[in-house]
Amino acid sequence: MIKLEHVSKSYSAGIPALNDVSLEIEDGEFVFIVGDSGSGKSTMIKLLLKELEPSAGTITINGKNLGRIRRRQIPKFRRNIGVVFQDFRLLKDRNVYENIAFAQKVIGEPTRNIKKKVPSFLSMVGLAAKYRSYPKELSGGEQQRVAIARALINEPSILLADEPTGNLDNNNAWEIMKLLEEVNNRGTTVIVVTHNMEIVKVMKKRVITVQKGVIVGDSKAGDTAYEN
Amino acid sequence: MKINTFFYSIQQGFKNIARNSMFSLASMATMAACIFMFGIFYILVFNVNAMVQDAEESVAITVFFDEGLSEDEIKEIGKEIAKRTEVREMDFVSAEEAWESFKEVYFEGNEEYASGFSENPLANSANYAIYLKDVSKQTSLVTYLESIEGIRDVKQSQSVAETLTEFNKILSIVSGGIIAILLCVAVFLINNTITVGIAVRREEIAIMKLIGATDYLVRAPFIVEGIIIGLIGAAAPLVLLYVLYDKVVLYVAEKFAFVGSLLEFVSPHTLFQGLVPIGLLLGVGIGFLGSIWTIRKHLKV
Repeated sequence: MIKLEHVSKSYSAGIPALNDVSLEIEDGEFVFIVGDSGSGKSTMIKLLLKELEPSAGTITINGKNLGRIRRRQIPKFRRNIGVVFQDFRLLKDRNVYENIAFAQKVIGEPTRNIKKKVPSFLSMVGLAAKYRSYPKELSGGEQQRVAIARALINEPSILLADEPTGNLDNNNAWEIMKLLEEVNNRGTTVIVVTHNMEIVKVMKKRVITVQKGVIVGDSKAGDTAYEN
Repeated sequence: MKINTFFYSIQQGFKNIARNSMFSLASMATMAACIFMFGIFYILVFNVNAMVQDAEESVAITVFFDEGLSEDEIKEIGKEIAKRTEVREMDFVSAEEAWESFKEVYFEGNEEYASGFSENPLANSANYAIYLKDVSKQTSLVTYLESIEGIRDVKQSQSVAETLTEFNKILSIVSGGIIAILLCVAVFLINNTITVGIAVRREEIAIMKLIGATDYLVRAPFIVEGIIIGLIGAAAPLVLLYVLYDKVVLYVAEKFAFVGSLLEFVSPHTLFQGLVPIGLLLGVGIGFLGSIWTIRKHLKV
């Protein structure tokens, strides 16, 4: 479970990026976080990854108070959270297989395990045939699939997706959202930050709306009343 | 640390060098120049030191005794002198031996002139040649010797050893200064190489951190890179120096045989037994420290 209690974050004097935000996300939930640019969505993601420290309040993930996690323990904590970005952030000098295997290598997984595991994740994202391709040879949608496979291969309980469809056309955007829904159906908590209101409306998931660092709306899954 | 992570770091260290080949080569070349210069000075200092030691060993104090003193009385004084801690070795030269040796040197081929002397003209030249353990203790021993009753004269020769010691001191200071400057340049270049490496891999490092790579794993490849640069940068000039030294020693021995007794080179084996580990340690140490310094400055994990 993810729990934010009266969390605020200020970068400097002025309007805080997040102001007294409290929310709870249950295990296995699919949540959209929406809001204008500069509303504090990305700050929220960074706080969840412990890239930033809150100015006030506490964040608890899977029972762990992030404020009490020591610097040395951060890598281990992050292995339980997968992240996907708008610009994919793949390593351009490595092929699809190597990009996915990279996530396992950096946590010290033995090569024989990696060789077994990567093909199954490639199949899951539908790229088994393109494992030798380099990122520049793939479409945007395919690149995002590689990024999702990389984020999931260490089997995190939470997947954070920061504008995952921001650089994709409509068809590819839907493909990615379907894939994320599939991931969620397997039990992973999925949090998607997005601008794509059409997708948000159609998917009928829980939607948290942030404006100027404050939560102004929190509609439940299946709620058709969500309209921006 | 997992064994996989260890090998991954080593592999990435090599890859860093390959990706950053121009800067890596420049760093290795500078390191090689440093270690080469270090080697040259080491060889010089080591050889001059050996020469100083040789010279010191041949430095002797000669003690002459009062007229009329019997050989027994002289030997009695000799026993007292031998008790001194500064004394390494003592040779007694009797008046007869002194005359024989004089004849050999100055009447060579004209021995009949010497027979003109009915008595030993060097009757009062019985002496002790005293060799010291440490030349620097010479003054104190001379003072002691001069205070002994029955000793007429104390002759000392120290100029060669002193000049060589002085030369070695200056050589050490100059070489130390030049090496220090070169080492600073090497550290600076390694710093530059690794800074470029970090910049090139900034995205990869960011992804690694997000995926959950430990600080160790993010930093280790750069440290491996520094160590490899240091190791190669040190090993190459050491091999070159060995080959060159061997050739120079042989060449000098062949072409300048007449100076053979003056210039006795230390054997390559003895010399490089010390130089190789010191050189390698220096290279690896600089590579390691240079990379650690850069990482601390540029790689906040």
